[in-house]
Amino acid sequence: MEIRPFNDTSYKQFLGEGLLMASQCKKCGTLSFPPRQICANCYGSESEWVELAGSGRLAAYTSVYVAPPDMVAQGYNREHPYVVGVVDLDEGVRAVARIVGVDAKNPETIEIGTSMRVHFPEICEGVERHCLFFAPAED
Amino acid sequence: MSIRARKGGLARGVAVVGGGLSKLGLFKDRDCKDFFAEAFLEMLDSVDRGVDPGDIEAAYLGNYSNDFFTGQAHWGPIISDLIGLVPKPVTRTEGACAASTLAFREGVMSIASGMYDIVLVGGVEQMSRRTTDEVTQGLGMAGSPYEVAAGFTFPAVFGATATAYFAKYGVDREILFNVTIKSHNNAPFNPKAQFPMSVRDFMNARMEKCRAKGLPIPEWEDEKAFLRDTSVNPPVAWPMHLFDCCPISDGGSCLLLVAEELAGSFTDAPIFVAGIGQGTSYSLHAKKDLTSYEATVYAAKQAYQMAGMTPKDIQFSEVHDCFSMAEIIHLEDLGFFPPGEGWRATAEGLTALDGPMPINTSGGLKAKGHPVGATGTAQILEVWLQLRGMAGGRQVKKPDLRIGASHNLGGTGGTCTFTILERR
Repeated sequence: MEIRPFNDTSYKQFLGEGLLMASQCKKCGTLSFPPRQICANCYGSESEWVELAGSGRLAAYTSVYVAPPDMVAQGYNREHPYVVGVVDLDEGVRAVARIVGVDAKNPETIEIGTSMRVHFPEICEGVERHCLFFAPAED
Repeated sequence: MSIRARKGGLARGVAVVGGGLSKLGLFKDRDCKDFFAEAFLEMLDSVDRGVDPGDIEAAYLGNYSNDFFTGQAHWGPIISDLIGLVPKPVTRTEGACAASTLAFREGVMSIASGMYDIVLVGGVEQMSRRTTDEVTQGLGMAGSPYEVAAGFTFPAVFGATATAYFAKYGVDREILFNVTIKSHNNAPFNPKAQFPMSVRDFMNARMEKCRAKGLPIPEWEDEKAFLRDTSVNPPVAWPMHLFDCCPISDGGSCLLLVAEELAGSFTDAPIFVAGIGQGTSYSLHAKKDLTSYEATVYAAKQAYQMAGMTPKDIQFSEVHDCFSMAEIIHLEDLGFFPPGEGWRATAEGLTALDGPMPINTSGGLKAKGHPVGATGTAQILEVWLQLRGMAGGRQVKKPDLRIGASHNLGGTGGTCTFTILERR
């Protein structure tokens, strides 16, 4: 795999290509997601890219009824809330992401610990943002 | 690894001898100069033996983002000119909602270092000129880029934190009602509060409004029933509802700091800085524990160590209740109650004004208001007033009230501070 800089630009490029990429420190092996230029564990500056499997469990979530302007522009508001959450990935790192395939209007029905799977939508509607999506895993 | 000559303490003592706070609320037809002038004039009046403003050598000013909220940046010289400080230095500090505690800490260190003897610290913010959606965006900018990209807002970060807390300790949204009811019970006694009303006052006001309009008059069994009713308490970022969230506010606050050896020239009742800590942490994805703020834990450890105190020594505290869930976690992170017990302590009334550990006697950010850049020094002012017995109807009535604290959180927990004040 080509070596791209270990920064947010590369992270977003990979997302756009349907790849969930973490950095792994060559010195101490610490896995970082999103990727890091400098290892937080040993301050090492040499890393390699590692593709994550994209599965994990829902650790926290919320249904957003009062949305910022860019989400309002996508049609979200008090009548159409959306869900965001934290997913604990199988590799031991965490992701913050939009959560789809759940009932945003009945958030009490969503369960912490639900198996989740990364989801790359065809298009990221409307605005220039690189979305990371997860949805409940299909059994 | 670490090479240090000595561990964090103040090279000389620092006292708070005055303070002021503007009335908090939404004031579109005024601006931050008005708010700071109001706070500054009150501060001058509050100094028992008076202070000549010309003796102030420098100022530190907290401001999160008037740049975004009002389109005007660089507030240091504007405030310097306002209060006649030109050409002395005024340094702006930015730490999101903790901006003015950073100003306080810089002021303390500038005196402790011997650089200055008399320093003004404070903060300002005007948020009323933007719509709620825009303020949501403006505050969201203090989250991490990954949170923002995913669509997290500020309430959403604390909403997500709440679901993690609920799952961990087997509780639900009802625990949050106790925080809101408790803080609002203190607010009617704070003349500066944006909402000087109890939750019951809100219920009565709503009933009165319906009566006046000839509409059916709603009935609620108690405050909790009112808070369960989504027609009056709609979700913002579930499980954070309207009454879990602090309001959008305008305001200014300031404190006068002097070197310990000068304190007696200003007052017979100086309040000393016993300990102060500041920390950073990162966003949700990098947290080891979703139900704790690493920056708070670090800041508190520093402050306790500097003061030679433990959480048991703190007799009351302001904590950063930007959202009801946050207050419960701070109670645990600051060591006031064990992990998983903050909700129970609140439910049992231990944090009420007449409880053993009064929290947010000012009404907290929820009821007093949260002009973000002004909040930190407003919180410390509350502790100062309490320790001097000047808090009126919300005065903590413990015998020998000597030690109080203030916790301030910026962003989604990225910057946190803890400050311990002491009356000797």
